[in-house]
Amino acid sequence: MVAMRQPARSTAHLPLEVPAEWREGLESNVLAPLARTSWRYFAWIGFLAVVIAWAVVMYVHQLQTGLVVTGMRDRISWGLYIISFVFFIGISHAGTLLSAILRVVKARWQLPVTRMAEFITVVALMVGGLFPLIDLGRPDRILNMIWYGRWQSPLVWDFLAITTYLTGSAIYLYLPLIPDFALCRDRLGPTAPAWKRGFFNLAAAGWTGSAVQRRALDRAMTIMMIVIIPVAVSVHTVVSWIFAMTLREPFNSTVFGAYFVAGAIFSGVAAIIILMAVLRRVLHLEEYITINQFKALGFFLLAMSLVMVYFNASEYIVTGYKMEAGAPFHFHDLLVGYLGPYFWFYLVGGLVVPALIITFPRTRTIKGIVFAAVLVLIAMWIERYLIVVGGFRVPLMPYTARHYGPSLTEWSMLAGAFALFALIISVFAKIFPMVSVWEVVEHRGPEPGEEVLEFPSFGSTDAQAPEVAS
Amino acid sequence: MNSAELDPDDSNTGPPGTVPALARGVQRRRILRMAGSALFAVPPLAFGARAWLSRAPASPLEAMARMSSAQAANGRLRRWSMVIDLRSCDGCQRVGKPPQCTAACIEGHFAPQPMEWIQVYEQELPGNGTRFVPATCQQCQNPPCTNVCPVGATFSTPEGPVLIDQERCIGCRICMAACPYDRRFFNWATPPQPVEALGMKYEVEHQAPAIRGTVMKCDFCPDMARAGTLPYCAQGCPNNAIYYGDLEEDVATNGKAVIQISRFLSQNSAFRLNEEYGTEPRVYYIPGAGEAVGRDSSKRGRLATVWPWKKVASGSRTWSR
Repeated sequence: MVAMRQPARSTAHLPLEVPAEWREGLESNVLAPLARTSWRYFAWIGFLAVVIAWAVVMYVHQLQTGLVVTGMRDRISWGLYIISFVFFIGISHAGTLLSAILRVVKARWQLPVTRMAEFITVVALMVGGLFPLIDLGRPDRILNMIWYGRWQSPLVWDFLAITTYLTGSAIYLYLPLIPDFALCRDRLGPTAPAWKRGFFNLAAAGWTGSAVQRRALDRAMTIMMIVIIPVAVSVHTVVSWIFAMTLREPFNSTVFGAYFVAGAIFSGVAAIIILMAVLRRVLHLEEYITINQFKALGFFLLAMSLVMVYFNASEYIVTGYKMEAGAPFHFHDLLVGYLGPYFWFYLVGGLVVPALIITFPRTRTIKGIVFAAVLVLIAMWIERYLIVVGGFRVPLMPYTARHYGPSLTEWSMLAGAFALFALIISVFAKIFPMVSVWEVVEHRGPEPGEEVLEFPSFGSTDAQAPEVAS
Repeated sequence: MNSAELDPDDSNTGPPGTVPALARGVQRRRILRMAGSALFAVPPLAFGARAWLSRAPASPLEAMARMSSAQAANGRLRRWSMVIDLRSCDGCQRVGKPPQCTAACIEGHFAPQPMEWIQVYEQELPGNGTRFVPATCQQCQNPPCTNVCPVGATFSTPEGPVLIDQERCIGCRICMAACPYDRRFFNWATPPQPVEALGMKYEVEHQAPAIRGTVMKCDFCPDMARAGTLPYCAQGCPNNAIYYGDLEEDVATNGKAVIQISRFLSQNSAFRLNEEYGTEPRVYYIPGAGEAVGRDSSKRGRLATVWPWKKVASGSRTWSR
């Protein structure tokens, strides 16, 4: 257990300018979930475990029967698994972008949410990386990727890019955690179980907050935050190349890499807004995560939706203008055909409506921004559906285009993936402080209600302050 | 900033100012600094180690396929290729049966239902007619499928055919995404094939028995060519529309006539499927719509392929294309 009220042994890792009571409030608020666990938490974990267990049962069934239990067949030979793979890898971009880029430019408003952002990256990569394995016809031969792996294959690029990105973002997550682990270690009460003491001791890596250590940490974080940005951008480019390296008409595009990166950032920001709202409510972090962070990320989302409009224009106007063989079929599918409803939902519900919600001050509340983020997340999953299924549907030979609908097995796997995502985050929230305490203390003054960023105002209503409630 | 060097943390590092505390600080700094760059090298290193370990031929089967002599009399390597004369293909309308090339292929290779390694597509022509296009694997000389395979399970052989080693294939299906001719098939379940296929010794040039979770396709029957026989499809064609031969010796036969390939192709305005892809197929077509065997191009339709197995492997199930 973490003993809250003892201003325990070491305060050397914290600068002293911050009023002690504010800092203590922050520490106890952030560390509270690590100390107390309610029955609701166990019920939630139990629920997630049931969903995951169901997915595992369905997967075992798939192993025994073969991929015939999915909706995929020879002509649409990739489906929900690859769609979800692209989706989760996309989400993982939020963390890096938010955390690394803003750290590089020394922004401060995002500091209370960097930890969550970095967690999303690592967890989304772990979950997303499972999908290609689930999709394999012979998962028992996965080691062939090592024994016989060929540099020429986009799948091997994917494998390398994702493992590199996972390694890098795990390091990048861990580095700023070290001082907070030390904080946890120092706050452990006398009744703390031995495993907890051992874990925090190990994780804190002997952190004392000495000037030497601080310089080393600062240096390591600087290296990582710069290195991780090109890695993140290249990862989703490479993901797009498993499609763009084929001769299929809708995939045969040079903007695919950039298009995927933009979509990844777009969906990643949406994911972080949602997770931020959930954790803020559940962990009672309202004091540190305010409307400011939501607005800032909301504007980021707005900007990204415009970028997405640009990329869709680049992609669809260029191919639609020329109407090469296959393109007429594809456009018919998207605009008025089989995929029409999804395509229009993606355009209107995923790009236009969220942008409008964030544009108007009246709807630019926490609830409004979170709603916009949910729309974006759904639309971006659908966008990947349109790319994969729409691409495979274009007939290559004179045959009737095949339909694809995910089977119960595939939906179960998606549900299981979301449950696993939530489970890992939930467990991590019990082990790791979800707000980077030392950075918040270091970079943010304690004045209540301080405006961290000035936002442009689109109307007079913007002035009213306490939207924080909800 | 308060200097913790003068006032080190009291938890683990021992008395203030001692040498071990400083040494540990320096060491830690070095570790932290190196952590970033060093761990990025892990995945590439793993692959490098793999490359070093597997310098030997990738698999016995692939090595066999590489070494198979199959040389022409003059010592040069054969270049197997196929010419399909569409003037003589009527989709087996005349004989009133499903396409017999497909049927012969299925019987010879035990191709699992619903795979048609040679599939007779009916293609619309300008006007209101159609023509039948029997499509095997096009045996591209610039094959998009082998490029993308992550494990080298599908590969080009020196003689031309593109083969698949189903004992190595991991079933990722990226080759199916890459094939622009829709000529690859996946074993979505335990494949329905006759029990006699189960007893066969697996050969990469004769893909039986079929293995669940792997990709299959037309293998161009190079083993039969070496033995001096035509592929099953060419044997099965009642109209002798399929010629098979060696580009190196410039000769091919449909079992009835022998042609000089180069002359036959240029004199009959041969084409290859989707030349614009740059895949360089080894399968050539002579344009036509079955007129040489008396087909009226407005007569549409062919009979559906059937798989003749009376008894299939237990636990197998079929699927739709």
